Amino acid sequence: MSGILNSSIGRKFAMALSALFLMIFLLQHFAINLLSVFSPDAFNDVSHFMGTFWAIQYLLQPVLIFGVIFHFVMGFVLEIKNRKARTISYAKNNGAANSSWMSRNMIYSGLAILAFICLHFYDFWLPEINTKYIQGDMSGLLANGEFRYFEELQHKFVDIWRVALYCIAFIFLALHLLHGFNSAFQSVGANNKYTKGLKGFGKAYAIIIPLGFVFIALFHHFNH
Amino acid sequence: MNLTLKIWRQKNASDKGKMVDYKVTDISPDMSFLEMLDVLNEQLINKDEEPVAFDHDCREGICGMCSLYINGEAHGPDRAVTTCQLHMRMFKDGDTITIEPFRATAFPVIKDLIVDRTSFDRIQHAGGFISVNTSGNTIDANTIPINKHDADTAFDSATCIGCGACVASCKNSSAMLFVGAKVSQFALLPQGKVEATDRVLNMVKQMDEEGFGNCTNTGACEVECPKGISLENIARMNSEYLKASLKG
Repeated sequence: MSGILNSSIGRKFAMALSALFLMIFLLQHFAINLLSVFSPDAFNDVSHFMGTFWAIQYLLQPVLIFGVIFHFVMGFVLEIKNRKARTISYAKNNGAANSSWMSRNMIYSGLAILAFICLHFYDFWLPEINTKYIQGDMSGLLANGEFRYFEELQHKFVDIWRVALYCIAFIFLALHLLHGFNSAFQSVGANNKYTKGLKGFGKAYAIIIPLGFVFIALFHHFNH
Repeated sequence: MNLTLKIWRQKNASDKGKMVDYKVTDISPDMSFLEMLDVLNEQLINKDEEPVAFDHDCREGICGMCSLYINGEAHGPDRAVTTCQLHMRMFKDGDTITIEPFRATAFPVIKDLIVDRTSFDRIQHAGGFISVNTSGNTIDANTIPINKHDADTAFDSATCIGCGACVASCKNSSAMLFVGAKVSQFALLPQGKVEATDRVLNMVKQMDEEGFGNCTNTGACEVECPKGISLENIARMNSEYLKASLKG
């Protein structure tokens, strides 16, 4: 077992596991965000629970942050190592003849997602940390006694430029997932007659989830 | 057919190298790509110029020596062929064809279009074999019953000729399709299971030491492989490696 992360396959495996973990997180994030479309009260209740329950705040949140950082850092490490494996480029290379654009440009779609995460943290996570852990307000309430979460969400999506940036980021997320979902299963060794159905499911996931996030952003922009 | 060729010329391993343009005329569409290069070399020799060095052996599509990157693809635009089986009818009169050696740090250029692929040999030496007693009482392999699906899959993996098109096509210069095929052809058969743990660990270790890149599952290797080796071989190697790592 020792040294597995020093091997190419070990790194692939670790990259895939962090990706699978992030894809599960994305699904639950989407499910909670979707609540905001159908029931602001339910969205407020779930948001308050997620934002204050100790196990989520002190156990799962650090694991998630570690997962995000690990996935990005490992992505960069692999990109650097791979570039060293071919120091002289081809004069003519027809990559489109044998592979998808998404698979060849994971580093760029990943960088776009990284930029989005910075914006998203600036918009939601940092103010949340400030309110709860610096100002010490764990109530989750506005001055009028109502929960603040739905109000804050709608307020963020008033600005059309922010909505546009979010939608562009979700397109990059879809491109990243279109290759990444099935790539993760291939990396953990799951590509055989029993896993053929996963490919269709992976494509559906890669399109439906980002499209859903686009819908939610536009919904709140036009319904504020 | 009259063609313009842009060919990588490099005097030796330490030379910087450059692309040089050549014209060839009256090329038959029935010629193989290597025969077209023979015509070019005859032209160059007649003009007292250095012929283009390129590698070949069988010219029957099974030796995997050619290592040519043609118009941006390993072994050119045709599918499931090596360069000797690529025919000039795949091109049009007046075309410009770019011809380069396979590019990878682990495949250094020796001269012009010839690359050194002995890194593949060293990976094979690290574990691509089974230990069989050949002292005179060797038992025929066919006496061991083998599930037909496993036998067929192992045979498919064993058709890998080690040409290196997978490495050349991969944007990361990864050798995982080659190593995956070599690991699979033994891992699927009872004779290979005895040394399966050491084999996969040692072959992957050697692959990493040779400086090949990390697979990101683009699938380019599978498309460009002249023998149709599938990505399932890489997935099988991944799971074999993880099993072996947990055991070891």
